[in-house]
Amino acid sequence: MRKKGFWQILLVTVMLITLSACERSNALKITLTGSSTIAPLMMEFGRAFEKLHPHTRIDVQTGGSSRGIEDTRAGLADIGMVSRPLTNTEGDLIAHTVAYDGISLIINKTNPVSVLSDEQIIAIYQGKVNNWQTVGGPDQEITVVNKAEGRSTLELFLKYFKLQNKQIKADIIIGDNQQGIKTVAGNLWAIAYVSIGSAEYEEQHGSAIKLLGVGGKTASTKSVKQGYYPLSRPLNIVTKGAPQGLKKEFIDFAQSSQVVDLVNQQYFISIVTP
Amino acid sequence: MFKPLHGIFKYSLIKYRLIKWNELVIWLAAILVAILPLMLIGEIFQNGITNLSFNFLLDEPLNAGRRGGIFPLLVSTLWILAICLAAVLPIGLGCALYLSECLSINSPISRCITLILDVLSGVPSIVFGLFGYAVFAIQLGLGFSILSGGLSLACMVLPLFIRTAEQALRACPKTYRHAAEALDLSLFGFVRRILLPSASLGIASALIISIGRALAETAVLIFTAGYVTRMPESWMDSGRSLSVHIYDLSMNVPGGEQNAATSALVLMLLIIAINIFAHKLSRRWKAQD
Amino acid sequence: MRTSRIFQLSLKTSALLAASVLFFIVFFLICESAPLLSKVGFSAFFELNWHPLDGEYSLSAMLVGSLVVAFGAVIVATPLGIMVALFGQFYAPEKLAKAYLTMIELLAGVPSVVYGFWGLTILVPWITLWAPPGASVLAGIIVLAMMILPLVVLTSDAALSSVPRKYLTSAQALGLSRWGIIYRLALPIATPGIISGVILQSGRALGETMAVLMVTGNVVQIPSSWFQPVRTLTANIALEMAYAVGDHRQALFMSGTVLLLLTIIIVALAHYALKERRA
Repeated sequence: MRKKGFWQILLVTVMLITLSACERSNALKITLTGSSTIAPLMMEFGRAFEKLHPHTRIDVQTGGSSRGIEDTRAGLADIGMVSRPLTNTEGDLIAHTVAYDGISLIINKTNPVSVLSDEQIIAIYQGKVNNWQTVGGPDQEITVVNKAEGRSTLELFLKYFKLQNKQIKADIIIGDNQQGIKTVAGNLWAIAYVSIGSAEYEEQHGSAIKLLGVGGKTASTKSVKQGYYPLSRPLNIVTKGAPQGLKKEFIDFAQSSQVVDLVNQQYFISIVTP
Repeated sequence: MFKPLHGIFKYSLIKYRLIKWNELVIWLAAILVAILPLMLIGEIFQNGITNLSFNFLLDEPLNAGRRGGIFPLLVSTLWILAICLAAVLPIGLGCALYLSECLSINSPISRCITLILDVLSGVPSIVFGLFGYAVFAIQLGLGFSILSGGLSLACMVLPLFIRTAEQALRACPKTYRHAAEALDLSLFGFVRRILLPSASLGIASALIISIGRALAETAVLIFTAGYVTRMPESWMDSGRSLSVHIYDLSMNVPGGEQNAATSALVLMLLIIAINIFAHKLSRRWKAQD
Repeated sequence: MRTSRIFQLSLKTSALLAASVLFFIVFFLICESAPLLSKVGFSAFFELNWHPLDGEYSLSAMLVGSLVVAFGAVIVATPLGIMVALFGQFYAPEKLAKAYLTMIELLAGVPSVVYGFWGLTILVPWITLWAPPGASVLAGIIVLAMMILPLVVLTSDAALSSVPRKYLTSAQALGLSRWGIIYRLALPIATPGIISGVILQSGRALGETMAVLMVTGNVVQIPSSWFQPVRTLTANIALEMAYAVGDHRQALFMSGTVLLLLTIIIVALAHYALKERRA
């Protein structure tokens, strides 16, 4: 008797859940896919946009810059997120820059070295210099941290120092910025390069790293904003052809001064000059 | 379910007061194995407890997850889990029953299926993610949705459930089967009234193992259920699971570690809750027959 | 036993569905990697080095990396896991066994990224104190062993629990010692279940992505010591897939195919070796 009642209740519950889950909302939807670096930023943009325009939905997915480009081309996504400038082969897409990001070298806080010249950095990454002693530090082996192939940070790094990836002798290869930061924080004699925003945030919040600039310039979001820091990249959202309708509204919103706070919150540099 | 067989050894424990070498080795192993994981759990607990509050469980994530809570993510996670189980239980149980009841253990088909399942369990999770995206999201048109996430996860968890459940079913004593045949019970009747209840502990164990694995998966869900933190309104919506959230907060968002630890703590509490529920369910099932 | 056709058909269908998943995946992987395969041929994946943007697609070093880390983890986790399962079933007082197994069940559900994160922030710096760079084969083996241990314990425990209690009580009535009962009765009966669990977990070890990505250093080389960094095939896919286009992307799918082939060979070997043991 009890058993029968139990099953009936279960059946009804399941039916209710199923029914409630099958409605499709009739909101206007935009899907963005692409770089996981830009994704948190676009998510915050989306949330702010949805508040201003009810009945719209901005869905942000990740998958990497190349996914962003492919999906936008194929129409699977409305807008793509690409954390680098578009190349020549990507001329069928239009890029809209929403923020800037820079690259800084990081070393552990306890490492007494405070500045490295470009030549020294090239030598370290090529494996020609193995010991911190050669560049003014203590007698310790250098642990070189490089980024995985294909990443835009790596491409930017190689372009600036005029190196090829084959020439770099790395001891550890990382994927995300956080992995780089944690590696350097945990290894007294490591050197890596990561996004300036993340590095600055971590340094300010007590992580055991410090930033080193390149080309003799200090690395900070301020120096990127003021335009004189050499290692910087645009964070783009791309569309196939000129955007219209809701897409256009959203892109205009993303490039407006309404979102400067959001950009700063994510430790990127706003495109809007004050 | 894991009620160990101590009662029968009480006498021998008293009898052999001296510690024998094998007992020492096993105790050492148990202690050694417990150290690192306890450190891990302790670390999660320590880091996560500071932020844990009812607000955390009931709020929306704010500022890319650095502040706010995880309520929509809990809902997404549970829905993904529900879909995964809804797919795994019938197919998995059916396949396990087929293996244990309709085939002899050494038949070529049985060996073939078992081989296929074991190989499937070795496919990397990221391949399941890419596969799920190509098949469920694109080919079947489900897009980034909880439905594609749950189904891809089901593909991944299926071999684990089947193989574990199969072992539980095979352990049913032969006498039961003989009795059922003697009584001219149909296979369906035998399965429903005798086999499943007697194996219910093992099947519940298979279920718990599969749920644990499903909750722990990240790469599969990033490409299928997606990244969206909004409260999902239907199965066709994209929804981030807890594990994806933990990944994003610890590896992608600077300053997200605190909430990542708290989310990990919540996940662990969720697992404990599900385990207790599954144990109770299996005990009730067994008791009814 | 007599059986309704519908019932038997539905069982057959579910088995077919379950098995077909693998075929779909194989088909998918081959489709995605075929263009590159036909362009450069199969042997291109085993010579030179891995510099996909320069046309070099050698997978050999990563294959070795995957094998070393996965097997290391299985060799460490299996005996420990079985011993812990025995501990829980036969040696520990009831309350302790329950608590211990609850901890193990918890561990089984911890996401791989948490293990990886723990490895990255605690294990690797600790190893760095002895041997920089720290991110190494050893770190990978330890983290992976920690990950598969809970499931080895749980599947072994499930197998041991299925041993009919009557056998054990009768053995005790006959005067067998505890270890005698375990070694000569419980273990042999539970062995098929235990082995199946181990095979499943070795599959898992080979396929694990996130955690090894964070602790093995990801340098494409054949390691010459436990403390050197290494890259597994799975970490390779995870690291580079997000930013790979065209040939690079297909090369990554190819590495997935090779991994699948490896898994098939290993599982087939394991099954063959166990053919005689199945009761």
